[in-house]
Amino acid sequence: MRRLKDLIENRLSRRSVLTGTAAAAMLATAGAFAPSLAQDVNTTGLAVTDDTVTVGILHSVTGTMAISETGSVQAEKLAIEQINAMGGVLGRKIEYIQEDGASDWPTFAEKAKKLLVNDKVAAVFGCWTSASRKAVLPVFEQYNGMLYYPTFYEGLEQSPNVIYTGQEATQQIIAGIDWVAKEKGAKSFYLLGSDYIWPRTSNKIARKHIEKLGLKVVGEEYYPLGHTQFNSVINKIKLKKPDVIYAIVVGGSNVAFYKQLKAAGIDMTKEKPVLLTISVTEDEIRGIGGENIEGAYAAMKYFQSLDNENNKEFVKAFKEMWGDDIVIGDVTQAAYLGPWLWKAAVEKAGSFDIDKVRLASPGIELTTAPEGYVRIHENHHLWSKTRIGLAKTDGQYDLVYETEELMEPDPFPEGYQ
Amino acid sequence: MTNVKSFLSRQDLLGLAIIAAVIFVLMPLAMDIFRLNLFGKYLTYAFVAIGLVLCWGRGGILSLGQGVFFGLGGYCMAMYLKLEASTPEATAIQSTPGIPDFMDWNQITALPWFWEPFNSLTFTLIAIFVVPAAFAFIIGAAMFKRRVGGVYFAIITQAIAAILTILIIGQQGYTGGVNGITDLRTLKGWDIRTDEAKYILYYVNGALLIGALVLCQFVLKSKLGRLLVALRDKEDRVRFSGYDVANFKIFVFCLAAVLSAVGGAMFTLQVGFMSPSFVGIVPSIEMVIFCAVGGRLSIFGAVYGTLLVNWAKTTFSETFPELWLFGLGALFIAVVLVFPNGLAGLYRTYLGPYVDRWISKKPPSGGTPAPAATPADYDADPAAKPAE
Repeated sequence: MRRLKDLIENRLSRRSVLTGTAAAAMLATAGAFAPSLAQDVNTTGLAVTDDTVTVGILHSVTGTMAISETGSVQAEKLAIEQINAMGGVLGRKIEYIQEDGASDWPTFAEKAKKLLVNDKVAAVFGCWTSASRKAVLPVFEQYNGMLYYPTFYEGLEQSPNVIYTGQEATQQIIAGIDWVAKEKGAKSFYLLGSDYIWPRTSNKIARKHIEKLGLKVVGEEYYPLGHTQFNSVINKIKLKKPDVIYAIVVGGSNVAFYKQLKAAGIDMTKEKPVLLTISVTEDEIRGIGGENIEGAYAAMKYFQSLDNENNKEFVKAFKEMWGDDIVIGDVTQAAYLGPWLWKAAVEKAGSFDIDKVRLASPGIELTTAPEGYVRIHENHHLWSKTRIGLAKTDGQYDLVYETEELMEPDPFPEGYQ
Repeated sequence: MTNVKSFLSRQDLLGLAIIAAVIFVLMPLAMDIFRLNLFGKYLTYAFVAIGLVLCWGRGGILSLGQGVFFGLGGYCMAMYLKLEASTPEATAIQSTPGIPDFMDWNQITALPWFWEPFNSLTFTLIAIFVVPAAFAFIIGAAMFKRRVGGVYFAIITQAIAAILTILIIGQQGYTGGVNGITDLRTLKGWDIRTDEAKYILYYVNGALLIGALVLCQFVLKSKLGRLLVALRDKEDRVRFSGYDVANFKIFVFCLAAVLSAVGGAMFTLQVGFMSPSFVGIVPSIEMVIFCAVGGRLSIFGAVYGTLLVNWAKTTFSETFPELWLFGLGALFIAVVLVFPNGLAGLYRTYLGPYVDRWISKKPPSGGTPAPAATPADYDADPAAKPAE
């Protein structure tokens, strides 16, 4: 090993060029059978040894976001364990360093920096909220790290240092609105959301699309995160009688919102109004209670109930590792894709170097994804289907519709800004 | 020199020298730039903590809203840096190039009027001092002139912290909302993200902190400082002696606010962003904890307290990502139970006497011997005996 390194460093000496070529040729032949040497697949000083590679997991396991992010941590650990069981990445076992973002954006930035600068991890799987992603983004760009970000989010971003494994806004919204307009004959919409960037941007896109279809938005309102008094908006909804309540309420507010909606006599199991949400996954329903949200529709790309072989295996493995009573939401599945996409990109690049992984990433496909088939677009987002699910009392969704084709990710949608 | 001697006793000079040595020599030698930058971040909280020593420890004004001022300073700096980072070229992808990205996301098409002045660095630097001072003055004048104090004042400061957080989050088009103001790059063309810049900012921060300590020591040893202690312990007596108590309180509250704001501005520079999570109730209370762990009567103690708590936070959370909050909680409980006067109290009880004896072996080099800390400094905490 030592000799080979010397050889590479003294390329100018003719003799060593010759021996070097020989060594490289030997390596190439050996490569098919044995893992290549660490300095060949890692020229930038990442935490890669001859038989291990270290990655980072950066989510909140304490604080208000812990309830949402725990699923992602579990999914990422499961994926890493499965990859290791298959022999790892480029013959190297994945080891991970887990850091806690503590639901606090500056802490995310601090920990991201620690993972990249101190631990020199080859990739980071993490973040959940947009705020935490925005906080770590400059860190990843400055120190040239690679982040696999699992959450569906507002778009308007495309960093060379991030692979977005969740949907950007148009992938969740447009097909959903088309569906509700066509299948449910919806004419009027009431837009509603928590007050921050994701719901606002999503509703902006929704409004543009609704107006494009020649339909009407009869109301649009926002409430602070953690808001629990939705009676006034519910009264307005009763007054305006929209065909569709388009709800992007986030986190704990959901519990209050759906309970109050039910208490106010708005029965979502009836024909009208239709409630369509893009913010309630199986995880949130656990808090809301299936009986309170029964009959609502959600536009996601993944539901735990998806009926395909990949998903059955995934759900089984997930439950084996984390217990039978666990539920798997959209983001959890997207988080599970992260390590697999990274593995595929590394193997395509034949190297752990961030720049090479970045170049190799577009076009990477995953046929084993629980959601079906996904592929990385040039813009670092995933091609994926939009699916509509109908909420049931047992806290699961029944798939009622999925797009025929994969939806193209479009983080900067023309005409929607 | 006699002037300096009058407010810096030998003990204080020793304390100052040790802190300076730790900041300027020990830490840069012992740590790589990543850790040093973290350490620099902790030091920015120390500004708040020493402000609280003045305000709370000495003056008896418990403010649970210091995060407000930390945030104001930080936001002033962040606004300037954000404008500099939002050149039309850098933001060409937006619908309205030349305004900060989050404004564009919120369909704002022109720079709001109150952002305009932050194009100027001079204005920004002045604003970092004036905005929090003015805000603190308004709060102080409204409260202290009406003789609102004690618990009521603490509650009101909390309310203000909550209000400001809600305001910042709610007005996200103008403030960046929950995300805060992120992705700050340069200061007058100077890239603040490089290692070299981090070293420079660290030293600037350290120098400012030493300056702040000297200033606070000056205030504490002045007549004003003694009046503060007096009005903490018997406000009525001071008032009956003919002093306008409210003005002293307003002054010290403003001073603490300005110190916090300087810390906030340095925080933004070193960390590269500002967010409402530093403004709210929780960070404000945390800052009081820094001060309490250090010993709320000692400005030096406050610095060490801040460092200890933050170091513990980082270390615990890196070692036990899922359990670290319990460890931190245990630390706080231990502090209150075992050494209620914080690190400074420990020092005074166990180490202080030896240090004093060692110092007084050397003959004074002229001038009057430093005035002993007034007994009143300590009468609120019986566990700590006057050192001299």
